[in-house]
This record gives sequence, structure tokens and C-alpha cells, in this order.
Amino acid sequence: MAGGSPIWVHGELAPDGTLAKISTEVATLARGLGESAGRDVVGVVVGADPSAAATELATFVSRVVTVTEPATADHAAGTIVGQRVAALIERDKPAFLFTGAGPEGRDLAGVVSALTGWGVLVNAIGVTWDDGPVVEMSVFGGKLTTTSRFTGEQGIVTVRPNVVPAEPAAKPGKVESTRVEGDLRLPLVKVVDRVAAADAAAPIEEARVIVAGGRGMGGPEGFSLVEDLAQALGGAVGATRAAVDAGWIPYAQQIGQTGKIVKPALYLALGISGAIQHKVGMQTADTIVAVNRDPDAPIAEFADLFVVGDLFEVGPAILAALRARAG
Amino acid sequence: MRIVVLVKPVPDTASSGERLRPDDWRLDRAAVPAVVNANDEYALEAALKLTTTHGGDVVLVSMAPPTAPETMRKALAMGAASGTLVTDAALAGSDVVTTTRVLAAALRGMEYDLLLAGADTSDGGAGVVPAGVATLLGLPYLSYAAKIEPNPDAGTVRVHRISPTGYDVLESPMPALIACTQALGEPRYPSLKGIMAARSKELTTVALADVEGGEAAPSTTAVLGAEAPPPRAATRVIREPAEDAAREVVAFLVERRIV
Repeated sequence: MAGGSPIWVHGELAPDGTLAKISTEVATLARGLGESAGRDVVGVVVGADPSAAATELATFVSRVVTVTEPATADHAAGTIVGQRVAALIERDKPAFLFTGAGPEGRDLAGVVSALTGWGVLVNAIGVTWDDGPVVEMSVFGGKLTTTSRFTGEQGIVTVRPNVVPAEPAAKPGKVESTRVEGDLRLPLVKVVDRVAAADAAAPIEEARVIVAGGRGMGGPEGFSLVEDLAQALGGAVGATRAAVDAGWIPYAQQIGQTGKIVKPALYLALGISGAIQHKVGMQTADTIVAVNRDPDAPIAEFADLFVVGDLFEVGPAILAALRARAG
Repeated sequence: MRIVVLVKPVPDTASSGERLRPDDWRLDRAAVPAVVNANDEYALEAALKLTTTHGGDVVLVSMAPPTAPETMRKALAMGAASGTLVTDAALAGSDVVTTTRVLAAALRGMEYDLLLAGADTSDGGAGVVPAGVATLLGLPYLSYAAKIEPNPDAGTVRVHRISPTGYDVLESPMPALIACTQALGEPRYPSLKGIMAARSKELTTVALADVEGGEAAPSTTAVLGAEAPPPRAATRVIREPAEDAAREVVAFLVERRIV
């Protein structure tokens, strides 16, 4: 394909070495842009053992380049991967780099931007092509949607989860390994231990369904209802800051201003009033269903379906109805 | 130990009045009160606790508009010793690249054991500046911190970095840059004594020309427009008894092809 320098997609590694789900979505998005622009789309995977993730990424784009970097096995990856990607950019001169807007993608974007001087457009909720990426971003916690572009021919875009559904290409692409010259100049950060939380829950950023509980759950026991509903709906468990601060549920599950921003197909809110700090984390969900005793709770203003009632009566009834339906 | 905390004044989320000026798509700062960015408050709280344990002091650094001292006084009232504000008309509307470079330049001459920043801000929410500043300063970068444990005798610091499955224990020499999350613990409210003391604490304002190596490069990004997202459809309210309500909820989910 002609038409200009290629568009790159960063293939992020999940903790188990497979391709992170966000990268399958970002790759699908970038492939669509490549088709609009008449440009090649190339995946880039850097890691101690990039092969599995690279093979998966190649089902989405026509070409994937890997760099084997043993240091990421026992060192924090962000700075290392960022340096290698920046060196590849220097060498191969792509036009744009797309990555996820989660912790790994943000760390990568920060390092690459600092090393290359490339600008960054963040938290994309939609991207089209008009002589370059035109990026829709949700700012001020979803109160405004801005449209931006790069002033030059290069840039980095971080993309939110669930912007496009992942869709493999018609035929798989090829994987090739490459080497990057030069030492890692930035200091390495040792990983002394990797601790799996005993109750590690499904990651909420990528979940299609989220069932979330707030202060109204009354305690950690109350959250078993949230968990049961999440399981029945094939979803993940979320929480408000109040529930996290009370120690009922880990911070990783927190949705809102200082937690995570999510965009599931369904957000089922139990005992959540919908205060602004929580709303900014979930108001772009496709469908919002809320159960709350207080008919004047703020969430009544932006839920699609609002059940006024005791969540400990309505919740189990929904659970029973779902289970009856599943047979 | 000395800890520098990067703080940013942001529009108060609770005010609901955030807007961009239609002529240049920059934040209309007159329209909303500013507060210290929430994740920066967690960073500051963590820094204050660490200096209580290990001794030393906490210093603030910010790049922000000339109105920022008012907001920074709130952070000083929490217990920071002093602050430096880089402010300059040339920095209005700065992109990630300029923000990162100017902050790094302002920090270059300073001495510290730890440099803390909020993992992201509630306005732009980029979350990429801390990694960029660490890169330009050549500092070890430890992100998404849920716990910070310095060992001043060994000159090292350990951080619990939140991972998708739990957390990673990271270790690096100091000085290091740590991006902080809410998991570090709730920030304190300033005491009356703290508020009084903050009035006389040193807050130095410097222009871009006074920051060695600081420069405002042309922006790498441009805003083309801004609008409120389309309003959500009207809420359907159900007030039936639990079992009837549940049936309606499930029927609604079926209708929307969720189950």
C-alpha cells in the first residue's frame, strides 16, 4: 500500500504473556483507519517472550514486528518497552502510534513522547481519518467531547477499552522479529515479587457487563449479592469509592474520578446514589440500570431504567429471574 | 528525606460548570473554581506521611496559570513546606510535550529523594506526563503505586504497583519518580493551624525565562471542536414490588440484547 508512512499498533502483553484484550480492539480500530488512509498498519510487540502475543496480534493486522527484550521478565516494563519502541520509531519512521489508554499504554505513551517529541491524544472514544487521525476524547469526566488532531505528521493516540469490538482480519498477517541497537539508557526498576491478590476479580475496564455496589450494600457480605449478579450476567464487579474506602472491596474495582473509567454494554448499579465523582467513571455505559431506595438519588437522572426499591429484595429477585431464564 | 510533589490545579468536578472557550477551545478558568487534582492529593498525603516517619520535608512544584497560588495554598495547608509555581502566558494551552519538558526543566536543579505525582488528572486525564518527566530526568519510574516504602539507609524505595491480577513489588534506587493512586490512602483535611501557617509559607513564582532549558514549543495537537455528548434517553422508573420489578428488568435486558 502507498499513501504515506505506516500506522503502528502497540501489542500490550497481559500478565500471562498473551495479548491484552485492549490491543485486539486498538488493532481493529487502526486497521480500519489504515484502510481509509491507504496506509499499512503494523503491530509492534516488545517483551521477554513476545511470540504468543505477536501471533495473536497478527490475526488483526497484516504485519507484526517483535523485539525480544529479556529485561522485561523481571523489571518494570513501561520504560523498557518505551525505549525500544522509540528506537524502532527512529529507525522505521512510522507516522502514528496507537496504544491502549490503560496503565501500560499510558506509561508507554509518556516514555515514547518524551524520547521522540511526539504529541499525545489521550483516552480516544472514537477515531476517524482525515489526512491524519481525528480523535474524539471524553474530557472533564464525560461532560464534554472534544475533537482533536495532530498539528504535524506524527503522534501517539491512547484508546479507551470498548471503543470498537475486536474483529480479526480476513487473513492472518506475518510476524517477523527484529533487533534494536543500543543499550537501555534509562534506569531499570526491579520487580522483586509479583503478588496475585487472593480475590483477584475480572478486570472491570474491559468487561461487557459490570454490576457495581455502593455504600448501600452495607458491608462486605452485601457484596456477595453483587458478585452473584455479576456471575449470572457474565460480568465483572465494580464499586464506588465509599465501598472501597470502607474496605469492602479492593481499589482495583473502583469506578470513578480517582478509580477507573468504564464503558460496558450494561452497568447495573446497586445502592449507588450516582454522585458526580462516580458518574464520571460510568456515564458512557451503553445501558445503565439502577436499583435504589431513594427515588431522588442523582442516578435517577441518567439511568435508562431506575428501580425504586430495596436492593436486598430487588437484587435477589433479578438474580432468581436470570437463573430461571438460564434454566 | 526531601520529597517533591507535582500538583496541578484542576476545575472542580463537583461544580459541573467546566467549559471550553469557543474561540480557542481552552479551559474557561473563570467559569469554575479550581481545586488540587485529586490524585495529587493522594500523592501529597503519602509524602507527608513518609516525612513524618523518616523526617524531612515536602515541596510542591506546579506548572499552572497565575491564579494557581490560591489552590497551592490549600496544598501548603495540608503540610507541604514550600512551593514553586512555573507560570507564563506562553504556557497557556500547553500540550503534553511542553508540559513534560517544562516540568522536567524546573525539576532539574532541585534536590530530592522522591518525586511524587498523581497517576493522572481529572481534567485532561492523560496520565502520561509522569512517565515523560521521569524519562527526561533519567529517573527510575515506578507507576500506579498503592504503597511506598523507602529505605533511606539503603538509598532504595519499594513500591506496590497495581497490576491486573494483584500487585507487583518494584524496587529502585532513590531518587525516583512515583506515580500515585488513591490506594495510598485518604488525604487529610487541612487543620485551622495548617491554613494559618500556609499563608506565610514560601511560594515562589517563576517565569519560563527563569527555567533553564524550559521552552514552549509549538503545540503538537490542536482542538477542532467541543460539544456536550448527546443526552441520554429519558429514564424509565419502575416502582413495582420486587418480583415484578425484576421481571421488567430482565425483559429490558433481553430487549437490549444483553442477556
